[in-house]
Amino acid sequence: MHRVLGDRRAILILLGPALLVYSLIMLVPMVWSLGYSFTRGNTIDGFTGNGLDNFQRLFTDDAVRDALWFTLKYAAVVTVGQVVAGYLLALLYVFFLKRASALVRTLVFFPVVLPTVAVGLLFQKFFQVAPETGPVNSLLNMVGLDSIDFFGSAGSAFWVLIAMDIWRSMGFYAVLLFAGLVDIPDEVLESARLDGATGLRLVRHIVLPLSLPVLMSSLIFSINGTLKAFDSIVALTNGGPGNGTSPLTLYMFQTSFTYGDYGYGSTVALLLTVVCLMVSLVVYRVSRRDLTEG
Amino acid sequence: MAIETPTKTSVARPGRAASPRAARSRKSRAGSRLWVKIVVALLLVVELYPLIWMFFTSLKTNDDYLNHSTWSLPTTWEWGNYSEAWTTGNIGLYIQNSLLAVVPALALMLLLGTAAGFALQVMVWKGRSLTLLIFLAGMMVPPQMILLPLFTAYFRTGLSGTLWPLILTYTGTGLPLTVFMMATYYRAVPRELFEAATIDGAGILRAFWTISVPMVRNALLTVGLVQFFFIWNDLLIALTFTNDQDLRTIQVGLLNFTGDFGATQYGPLFAAICINVFGTLLIYLFLNQKVMKGLTSGAVKG
Repeated sequence: MHRVLGDRRAILILLGPALLVYSLIMLVPMVWSLGYSFTRGNTIDGFTGNGLDNFQRLFTDDAVRDALWFTLKYAAVVTVGQVVAGYLLALLYVFFLKRASALVRTLVFFPVVLPTVAVGLLFQKFFQVAPETGPVNSLLNMVGLDSIDFFGSAGSAFWVLIAMDIWRSMGFYAVLLFAGLVDIPDEVLESARLDGATGLRLVRHIVLPLSLPVLMSSLIFSINGTLKAFDSIVALTNGGPGNGTSPLTLYMFQTSFTYGDYGYGSTVALLLTVVCLMVSLVVYRVSRRDLTEG
Repeated sequence: MAIETPTKTSVARPGRAASPRAARSRKSRAGSRLWVKIVVALLLVVELYPLIWMFFTSLKTNDDYLNHSTWSLPTTWEWGNYSEAWTTGNIGLYIQNSLLAVVPALALMLLLGTAAGFALQVMVWKGRSLTLLIFLAGMMVPPQMILLPLFTAYFRTGLSGTLWPLILTYTGTGLPLTVFMMATYYRAVPRELFEAATIDGAGILRAFWTISVPMVRNALLTVGLVQFFFIWNDLLIALTFTNDQDLRTIQVGLLNFTGDFGATQYGPLFAAICINVFGTLLIYLFLNQKVMKGLTSGAVKG
């Protein structure tokens, strides 16, 4: 009967179009982009080969070093923040709200579906100093503190960015981890409680190890997303002040489209791709080891 | 769904309520209930207040916004901000552009993705797991890697200046997740079903279309919703391929809103943000269980 399910013509008709579009939109451009990194120029002015110049520039470019550092710092802080906040929420849903958590889950999930640009503009106004004191600074004033120009320095802008991204996504990780926690069998929790494990000890020794797989997939998903973050940063700070909050994604975009240097832009894109693959690989390896040991 | 703790059931049982242990746990539970209430209240304020503030601000006049406390309600309710955002601010046009790009891309992506998922999961042939892996690899690659070649390609083929670059790019970049999720859903459908259908005289293509597609209808809705939110909220691809002001999608339009409209028009700006936010929120509220399930299952699989 395998003849029917092995019909080559049918396979081609079903798979062909998808494979064609996927190849044209993703596979071919990936290789093509690699080729660009050995050139200078752009689509309008034309390209000329320049050998390994772009790579040499990549390793001596301070802006790339700063952007790479920012990307890694941002990804690390947001990932930890998202997953920890999500985990705490999930614990709250499962152990304290129980059945009543459906409404809270729905409400806390709100920001996940909102367009990042809208959220970015909203937070910009929410944290602003002038011309109108935003709610956050009003609150500071109310308790007797001075207003803070959050977007005036890279340091404070970074933390607003972190706060926004955690606000935006903790509901998502909460639901994801909630699904993992609900899968833990009641009997296991009950017998652990009978053995005297309660509160933090129950979480530390029973709940945490048992929810490790879903925790790890959250981590991988989060890192994969935060390394590529673009929308939220563009909408909130546009990389500023100066280049203080500019990740590799934005630096690549500006190099390519603001300065019209596609060759070097492709080289930066390649660096970003390599970083994504390396970090994912490391996280994957580490999580596999943890799982087999735990 | 929630895990029941033994203390809860033991308190409910009259015979055991008298034991000191149950009494103690009841007391600590009453204490914990208060802090849970406080935590939940704080959480809801943090989640909802920005949205409420945004809504009230969207109804303020400029004078009201600049000269009254940021906490206060609008002194006059300026609904005109919305019509101004819609027409003068071009939000109506931007939403139309978004729809014209997102709807065809979604339809194409679902059609091609479902067919490919079927071919990769149900059909039997050599090299299908490798092909699936090639599709999967697309999820790891940052979109920056494909932007510049695509820009050149669209420019040379004369597609720039239309919405086609968006439709094609969204379809291509959305395929990996769609193919993978559809293949996973097809795993639950027994192959014998399609074999039986072909014995009854339907070709395998017909079996795919008339039997398998209705069977994964629910999955189609889920994947479609997930992809809708991804594409609708996209900024990077839209920003790259829409140089023409008349082709801007809602996200690009919103990002440039302050620039086009004069940075001083706060009411219409907030109205534009509100239209964007409450539009997507409405879809979510109608289908929240599906959206949550879809987005999270997409995450685990991705």
